[in-house]
Amino acid sequence: MEQPNLSYINELSGGDESFKNKLIAIIKKEFPEEKAIYIKNFEAHNFKASAENVHKLKHKISILGLEKSYKIAERYEDNLKENSTSGEEAFNNILKTITDYLETL
Amino acid sequence: MNCIIIDDEATARTILAQLCSNVPSLNILEEFPNAIQAIKYLNQNEVDLIFLDIHMPDFTGFDFIETIKNPPKIILTTSDSQFAIEAFEYDCIVDYLVKPIALPRFEKAIKKAESVTSVLTQAPENDKVETISGNDLYVNIDRRLIKIDIPSIYLIEAKGDYIHVKTEDKNYTVHSTLKKIEEKLPKDLFLKVHRSYVINVQKIIDIEDNSVLIKKDVIPVSRSNRPELMKRLNLL
Repeated sequence: MEQPNLSYINELSGGDESFKNKLIAIIKKEFPEEKAIYIKNFEAHNFKASAENVHKLKHKISILGLEKSYKIAERYEDNLKENSTSGEEAFNNILKTITDYLETL
Repeated sequence: MNCIIIDDEATARTILAQLCSNVPSLNILEEFPNAIQAIKYLNQNEVDLIFLDIHMPDFTGFDFIETIKNPPKIILTTSDSQFAIEAFEYDCIVDYLVKPIALPRFEKAIKKAESVTSVLTQAPENDKVETISGNDLYVNIDRRLIKIDIPSIYLIEAKGDYIHVKTEDKNYTVHSTLKKIEEKLPKDLFLKVHRSYVINVQKIIDIEDNSVLIKKDVIPVSRSNRPELMKRLNLL
């Protein structure tokens, strides 16, 4: 499993530590909220709404440099739009990886 | 350029604001988490450029563009590349950025937006119908200024936010108004015969009751415009 990294955030911040910390704080706040909404919609079998939530989470996945995971999320989003849950486990693993990583920051 | 950011994701707004801070010509006026708030703001404020997310709950970026009158330049920001073709159907969209946005790509988009600005400011009175040079009229279609030979125009029809310009050789659809193009055309040649039509009087084939035949188009003539039309004719 690929691991998240801060390459994009470092590049974006250009050495501005205060911006970097601000952005990480926003991600740490926003990611669990988006994840919770996704889980709620998924458990309610509202797959169309879940697809929208996955779409939003994809941005965080890409910001954290998870390129392969992004592709997995993309396919999973498409499946959810078709009311298929194929790819759920792999996507949940991505969410767990990010959750664990954010706790280390 | 004064700009606003519309994105429901705080992370995305923060990143865009940071990218903007690297470009001295950009001045962020406001950030909005949804399109509705932005519409209210735009009703009272003018901006040059909008960074707009497509995927937003309830009211998408495309809904937003359809709603606002005379949209300023827009750079779309999205996690999907699948909307690119749809995006460029809108004249106001100058670029399409796929997240995560890197600074070099962002700067390229701003250069594009600035180049569109310089073309538009050459004719500040106008929206899309630009300039006349002799017998030519230049119209902005898909960010290209296309030359139309004025005497070849036989009919202009208003359709919502667009006008259809019909010439001997080709037809053009331009994002503009009948009033704007009318101001750019020679008064002795063109006449508004109806609130939706301007005709080239030299191209009239015949007139019957409340309509004129121009080429193969039968155009209604409103009662208020009929006296002026009749005045223009060399009646026997």
